[in-house]
Amino acid sequence: MGILIYTESENGKFKKSAYELASYGRAIADQLGVELIAVSFNHEDATQLGSYGVDQVIQINDPSLESFTAQQYASNLATIAQTKEIKLIVLSSSANAKYIAPLLAVSLSAGYASNVVGLPESLEPLTVKRSCFTNKAFNTCTLDNKVNIIGLSNNSYGSFENPKEVNFSQASAVIAETTIKVEQVEKSSGEVSIADADIVVSGGRGLKGPEHWHLIENLATTLGAATACSKPVSDMGWRPHSEHVGQTGKPVASNLYIAIGVSGAIQHLAGINSSKVKVVINNDPEAPFFKAADYGVIGDAFEVVPELIEKLKAFKSS
Amino acid sequence: MKILVCISHVPDTTSKINFVEGDTLFDKNGVQFVINPNDEFGLTRAVWFQQKQQAEVTVITVGDASCEPTLRKCLAIGANRAFRVDLQPSDGFEVAQQLSAHCKEENYDLIIAGRESIDYNGAMVPGMLSALLGYNFVTNCMALEIAGGTAKASREIDGGIETVSCELPLVIGAQKGLVEEKDLIIPNMRGIMQARQKSLSVLTPVESDAKSSISKYEKPAPKGEVKLVEPDQIDQLIDLLHYEAKVI
Repeated sequence: MGILIYTESENGKFKKSAYELASYGRAIADQLGVELIAVSFNHEDATQLGSYGVDQVIQINDPSLESFTAQQYASNLATIAQTKEIKLIVLSSSANAKYIAPLLAVSLSAGYASNVVGLPESLEPLTVKRSCFTNKAFNTCTLDNKVNIIGLSNNSYGSFENPKEVNFSQASAVIAETTIKVEQVEKSSGEVSIADADIVVSGGRGLKGPEHWHLIENLATTLGAATACSKPVSDMGWRPHSEHVGQTGKPVASNLYIAIGVSGAIQHLAGINSSKVKVVINNDPEAPFFKAADYGVIGDAFEVVPELIEKLKAFKSS
Repeated sequence: MKILVCISHVPDTTSKINFVEGDTLFDKNGVQFVINPNDEFGLTRAVWFQQKQQAEVTVITVGDASCEPTLRKCLAIGANRAFRVDLQPSDGFEVAQQLSAHCKEENYDLIIAGRESIDYNGAMVPGMLSALLGYNFVTNCMALEIAGGTAKASREIDGGIETVSCELPLVIGAQKGLVEEKDLIIPNMRGIMQARQKSLSVLTPVESDAKSSISKYEKPAPKGEVKLVEPDQIDQLIDLLHYEAKVI
């Protein structure tokens, strides 16, 4: 029994999604009257999870799990799920969680729904709402299986403090057969990744060239935001592909999305639709983005953005 | 090298999304269907393996006869042969089961499927297929080289890139980066003519069971009007973001 969450960490810190999963799992565990169990890998101090409603933390600390491999992590989660007779597993929407989920689903003969956007509409049978058509629609989906997996859309539920007495235990690692060897991990240092960012600042063709990107970067630095761009900008090589957001690029589910010189093609809007608040700065009042945005400035980015940076700095220091 | 590319037949990215029959069915009326973009990046990479490393490229889809023009397009792009499993699948697991049955007969070295389709966004098929077959799996794959039975693949992770090596057989979840947008092959007249002669076989589905079912669709609630701020009143924007939206 119980609900299992996989709490991801990076550089010794839990990711924001770990607390969101804990809060989400807590709400379901309360409805069912069961325990909420978190699994962490190579994470020394997991006491903080108790502040967000976790009853039990199972820690697997093993040098063989130092680099992430989906097969290994999935095998370990599957073993715990079986031992604890888990009926519901909740994962985040990180690249690694989405990598694990289908492997875990097959090994547990579980149903899996990704991109779930809120608490289940029903628990028996499990019925959830998930986004589809790249954020242009939602579907209600029923998973009538002994074991089910929910992939929760990042930033769709939020995290809420709810202190609990936590039980800690250690589990030994299960070593799965795999010939996949991690050779190298390149992390863009110091920057906030689009997937984890609360705020994303994005630039489009309206910026006229890569030489003007300091405007986007400075605004992002001022706000502690990640930088992103539209598809034409990445296609023209002004910015790396990893920054392309939209239907065929990355999805954005930040609290605040600021689009500068982005016209707002339907594919771009689809990709950023899950962001909570959208701001557009564009000199073309006819730009479709104004129909999708919450706040807008019709004006020249080269004048508005420096002004915005100055005013924000003053606001932050006040 | 034998390569299979799994194709999803999806509405074009510019499509207006609507539902019919009491919001239980996607409205195909007036919608143009295309190769799922993530699958198309994978197909193009496969055709390069065919041109440079003598690979044989097979494409497959699970769906009804309306998917066949999409498979013909894959043949015109350069695939050698095509299969269609004649089943309207209920979910990604059912698709993976159908594909797995075919793969067990064919023993492909490399199986490519888009990391997710742009219609259901399930991100289930490539991973589930690898697990059903017991093959290696790398998703969000943005670069792939194969030499002497060993693959070197790059995977996009949150905020970076990871490079792995592994043995074949391998399933990858394809995405942009495997090839660039400009590399996508637009079929020429010769390709289109040749595609008509290539084999497109219909397979009888094996027994399979879905693990989820969709009962209803809905569209996002309509948005309110945008609040405009004058370019010389930027303080106002900061106030709105701080006090009203509470995001800064």
